[in-house]
Parts: sequence; structure tokens; C-alpha cells
Amino acid sequence: MQIEKNQKLLLGNAAIARGLYEAGCVFVSSYPGTPSTEITEEAAKYDEIYAEWATNEKVAYEAALGAAIAGGRAFTGMKHVGLNVAADPLFTSSYTGVNAGLVVAVADDPAMHSSQNEQDSRHYAVAAKLPMLEPSDSTECLEFIKLAYNISEKFDTPVMLRLTTRISHSQGLVTLANRQELPLKEYIKNDSKYVMKPANATKRHPVVEQRQSDIEEYANTSTLNRIEFNDKKIGIISAGDSYVYAKEAFGTSVSYLKLGMVNPLPLKLIKKFTDQVDKIYVIEELDSIIESFCKANGVNVEGKNMLPVIGEYSQQLLNKNLLSKENDYNELKINIPVRPPVMCAGCPHRGTFYVLKKLGLTVIGDIGCYTLGSTIDTTVCMGASVSMLHGFNKVRPESADKRVGVIGDSTFMHSGITGLVDIIYNNSYSTLLILDNSITGMTGHQQNPCTGLTLKNLPAKAVSLETLCKACGVENIQTVDPNEVDTFEKILKSELTKDAPSVIILKRPCALLKTVKKDSYARVDADKCKSCRACMKIGCPRISFETKKAVIDESLCIGCGLCTRMCKFDAIEIISRASN
Amino acid sequence: MTKNMMICGVGGQGSLLASRILGQAALSQGWDTKVSEVHGMSQRGGSVVTYVRYSTNGRVASPVICKGEADVLISFEQLETARWLPFLKKNGKIITSTQKIYPMPVIAGNAEYPQNIIEEIEKLDVNISECDAIDVARKLGNEKVANVVLIGLYAKYSDLDKQIFTDAVKACVPEKFLQLNLTAFEAGYNY
Ligand SMILES: Cc1ncc(C[n+]2csc(CCOP(=O)(O)OP(=O)(O)O)c2C)c(N)n1
Repeated sequence: MQIEKNQKLLLGNAAIARGLYEAGCVFVSSYPGTPSTEITEEAAKYDEIYAEWATNEKVAYEAALGAAIAGGRAFTGMKHVGLNVAADPLFTSSYTGVNAGLVVAVADDPAMHSSQNEQDSRHYAVAAKLPMLEPSDSTECLEFIKLAYNISEKFDTPVMLRLTTRISHSQGLVTLANRQELPLKEYIKNDSKYVMKPANATKRHPVVEQRQSDIEEYANTSTLNRIEFNDKKIGIISAGDSYVYAKEAFGTSVSYLKLGMVNPLPLKLIKKFTDQVDKIYVIEELDSIIESFCKANGVNVEGKNMLPVIGEYSQQLLNKNLLSKENDYNELKINIPVRPPVMCAGCPHRGTFYVLKKLGLTVIGDIGCYTLGSTIDTTVCMGASVSMLHGFNKVRPESADKRVGVIGDSTFMHSGITGLVDIIYNNSYSTLLILDNSITGMTGHQQNPCTGLTLKNLPAKAVSLETLCKACGVENIQTVDPNEVDTFEKILKSELTKDAPSVIILKRPCALLKTVKKDSYARVDADKCKSCRACMKIGCPRISFETKKAVIDESLCIGCGLCTRMCKFDAIEIISRASN
Repeated sequence: MTKNMMICGVGGQGSLLASRILGQAALSQGWDTKVSEVHGMSQRGGSVVTYVRYSTNGRVASPVICKGEADVLISFEQLETARWLPFLKKNGKIITSTQKIYPMPVIAGNAEYPQNIIEEIEKLDVNISECDAIDVARKLGNEKVANVVLIGLYAKYSDLDKQIFTDAVKACVPEKFLQLNLTAFEAGYNY
């Protein structure tokens, strides 16, 4: 194979961004979420594309819909649970349709590498009656984006692009092309199409149904779906990453119907394929959607009787479950301790959680790096800390002084504000901690409305959390550095006893930020160390007990100094890197 | 022929750059290549594994490597070498750093870091080369380049020309850090 100058190894997500560039997309609005984040980060690198981080997925979706109706090709990308947040505009935009093309990418996370559930986004395409494409590698990521815009404009519909972690986060070879510059489409006021009041919406629903069958007709002949005939004893129907696992496991020993469009499904094409093969397996990660469709339409297939609805597929799983074949391998017969992700050395959340644990509080948690805190009672979805705390406190008001909610700055902006307004409006004596590390940490450092910078690194107005909370009606607002554990503890105790809602803002930047100085480290004076293990209480990954005395891994310590506050014997000192 | 390479370590040790260098090396030979990376939660000090697959005569389908499939395992940390060992083919090649990073359960005293991991692996039918990559990197002035030291050591055992790897390092490392990384590569190659 000859690698051409215009060929490159690209991450699936970067290939999508390239597709956006080449397809003449002018507007991208997204909220970060693994494994979708890099699409928008990569798109932001093209000057021709306006790209932004929105406050949440619903806002992002609506912004993109507005841009598309205004006449520019638009895009929004999110993780699977983000689509739950954006579901409201998603469903009704199916009725309004678009003007210029609108593509929404949604990245599922089978095996939950970085997620709180394992939902299958294909259900949304079925439920919202929207076409959904599913690429199998980086090449298709780029190609499918261009096709998605054509379909979107041809059939006047938002188009969904379904991804999974392995597609988003694998690099594969793509061929680059030039950008197609498109003039904005004319915006013509059309209230019967864009104003979805009942009288208009009832007329749009039949349009949606007709569109579905038109697109199904298209899917029967589109190059998105293809048959690969080999030996006809076994036929496999598959899509996305499941297809490449099947290819890896069975090669050319079986025939394939490879679906690039997973909604609507091409019944005629499926029948054409299944009529010519003896035994048919549907191989699809997560839920049974293709298989159930086949069965509902009288096509005799198998799949989920042998393959799980849980977790990620692989060539190994297919080999084992379908061919009873397993590889030989070596293994040490020893106990290998797990290595869970932990808060980084110098993480500002560590001080907060030290105090919460010390006071034995119930912690209604949220989603972010602080979910790694050891004392959390609940984690459900973004924003839930605030509203769940309210529910807890309404039902158990007598113990409201033993309970806090914790939420990050980005998450508070995403969906914490409405919960706080609810606390004020319905008056529960709740104490909310906003952990302001001045960045969206967990997803790899994205700017957000509190940071004063945009996705393209331009200065922006930074939302003041204090002013915002005050405007919501909170009267007790305190701001404190979480590493000042004694001060924080005092403030927290006092706020908890108040018969009024309180917000405490814990302000200290994420230790991984470039702006945070790392010019010092902590060192243990072994003579002074009394082996009391008090420093171990903060759970810092850089402190261990190797020689019956505390030892600090100096190379990876950033000198945040939290451990020095734990030591009653002054055995830990902070040393400047410059001085040696 | 498809070749499967795995890189494992602890989040933050630089497995992403290492896998990109290997991917670039294969691609420069005109071979279809896939590199599977890890982003997100497990980067926070968790166990991290990346896959590099290339085919000298066809296409690569799956981006992942499963138990008993890897030809090579490059590991930045001993415990991770033990954890991912089952992914190596029988008679496969291991390049491992001797570095130990205690995971939280060990630090907290709830588990023990296994002793003699490398010695135990040597008793199996695998081919293992170890290197104190952190020490080598530290002597070069930056512990962060331990990843490229190990790539250098791997290059010594690979069928590919050394030049292919150094070109790949040049393609993947920003100008500012290039010289340091090339020195690290040499140090690993001559280890
Ligand atoms: C609806 C939804 N969108 C996106 C995500 C992905 N996600 C998890 S945590 C997080 C943001 C965390 O930022 P922040 O609240 O500032 O806390 P930090 O990680 O910085 O401590 C995001 C975007 C998600 N889990 N759910």
C-alpha cells in the first residue's frame, strides 16, 4: 500500500472534525463528554469553523439547530448521557426539520470506560424518527459526516451520527480533501414549519412519517449499507465497531451485510441478503435493535441468545461465544491489586473531602473529578447533587445539618443552577458546596463560563459564582480555599447549623493547569516523623509508608502543602525546586 | 501479516505519545495501521492500556487486542506488566520498565504490591527485557521521557530499521522537546 501525502492517521473524533471542515460546516456548539470531546476540540482548530463550548447539551443542540435553520451547516457533539439532556429539542427538531444541514454526533461508551451508565443511543433515533449513521473506523467517520449533511439537506432532517468509544478513540487512516465552501442558505420565515404549536405540529407529524419511509427507501440502495458475499453458509448483519470485530474474528469465511445507517433499517436489503445465506447472526453491541427489527419483520436471525447486551464486544468475545475458540496465554498466579483512578497529587478537591470525611457528613455527589472522592453517598447525573440534596433535606429536615451537596464549577453551570433556585424557592435548609477548580477537569480541561476563556482561547466574560448565587436568592455565601482546611471546617460547621440555604464556594485551581506553579515539593524529615500516619488521611497518591516512615515521591509532588497541615510534628516541609 | 503491540502503564506516564510513535513508524512503511487510545477517567492515575496494530499486507479490522494476541507488550510499570501479561501471545516479547508505582489499595495498606514480578515472568515462555527507564530518563534531565527510552529499547529488538523509529519520533514530538526525546531514544536503544 502506498501512503499518499493527503493520507493521515487520525483519531475517529479528529476525522469527524475533518469531515465537518470539508463539508463546509460553519457552526459547532457542544458540551464536553468522554468519548466525544475531541471532535469539538479538533473542529475549533479550523479557522473556518465557529466552535464553542455551550453550557450544556440542550443549549448546544438548540444553538446548532438555530444555526442550521438560519442557513449554515451546523453540528453538535455529545456523549450518550448528554443526549438525555438534549432530548427535548431533539424530538421536536425532527418535526421542524432543518434548512442547512444539522448533524448531531452522540458517543456511546460500552463497558463504561468513563461513564455512569451504558445506554444505547440508537433508541433515540428510533424514538425521535431520525436517520442515524454509524461509522466503523476513522475513514468512515470522515465520509459519513459528508453524507450526513447531504441526507440532512435532502430529506430536511437532523441526522444523528452514532459513535462508540473504540471508534472515537482509535486512530485510522483517512484521506483528506479540500473544504467545500457553501454560501448560507436563505432563511425564509415559515411558521407552519418552525413554530411547533399543536395546529402546526399535527401537520408536521405526517411529514415525519413520510420522511422515515422515504429514507428507508434510500437506505435500501445507499452505499452506506453494503453486502459482502463470501461463503453463504453464514451471514452476519452488523454495524459500527461490532462489524470490525466480526471481520477480525471471521474474515472472509462468512458473508456480511454491513449497515452504515442504523435507522431507519433497510428491510428490502436485509431480506435480499438473508434470502441468500443459510444462517444469519446479528452482531450488535449493547441492545437488540437490528435483531428485534428483523424478528418483528419475520426475518429469522439469531444473536442475543449467544451474545451479551452488557459491555464491550471484541474479536475474542465473538470467537468464544460463536465458535467456542479461545487463545492460549500466560498468567501469573498472583494477586494483582486493582489500580483505580485517583485524585491527582495537589488536587484541590482533596482538602474538601478530607473535611467532609472528618465531619462524617452525608455527601450528595455529582459528576466530575470529585466523584473520585472517597466519601460520596450518591452520584447519578450532572446537576443531581443540588436537587437530590433538596429532596433528602425535605424528607429528613432534622438531619439537614449533617448533609451537603458537592458540585463542580462546570457541572453547576451545566445544570446545577435550576436546582439551587429550587432550594431557594421551596426553602430547604440545604448547604451546597461548589468546588470551583476553574476548569472542566474530568473531561480533560475544557474552558467553561466561569473560566474567562472560550474554546478558541479568546477572552470571555467570566460568570461570578458569588453574584449568580446571590441573584438566585442565597443569602449565605462564603468563598474559601479548600487547602485551608481549618478555616473551611469552621465555615462549614457554622453554615450547616443555619436555618437557611447556604453556598460555600471552594476556590482553588486544578493542579494540572499550566498556570499552577509546580516549583516546590514536600519532603519528610524521617527523624521527626513519628509514624502516626496522619498524613495518610488525605489519600495523596504521592505519600506512602515504605520504611515505617512516611515517604513522599518528590518527583511527582507539586508542593500543594496539604500534607503539612496534617502533620502535628512538623515533619513535612515544603522545599523550593529552585533552591537545589 | 498483522502485528499487535500493546503499551501499558499508569495514567500520566505518556503511553499516548509512545503509541503514536509506534503507529507512525508502521504507517511510514505504507502499512494499514490502527492505534487505540485511552482518554478520560482512567487517565487519572488509573491503569492505562493502548493498542497499536498494523498489517504488512492487508487491512486492520479491529482496533483492539485481546488475550493471547499481542506480539509485543511495552510496559511502563511492573504491576501493569503483570496485569496485562495475559494479553501477550505465548513466546511474545515484553519490554518493561522496572519502575513501581503503588496503587491506592497498596498505599492505603489494603493490598500488597507483589514481589519479584519480573523474576516470575522470566519463568514463563515469554521473552522479557527490563530497563530502569526512569533512572535513565532522570539522568537525561527529565523523567517524562522514560516512555521514549522504552521505545528505544523496543526498537533494538524490532525487525524494523532504527531510522524508521527516529523518523517517527521526529514526526510525533514537538520541536521544543525533540532533541531530548531523540537522546532518550538513543539511550534506550543502547541500553
Ligand atoms: C450530561 C453529561 N454531559 C457530560 C458529561 C461528562 N462529564 C462528566 S464530569 C464533567 C464536568 C466536570 O467538570 P466540573 O464540574 O468542573 O468538575 P471537575 O471535574 O473539574 O472537578 C463532564 C463534562 C456527563 N457525565 N454527563
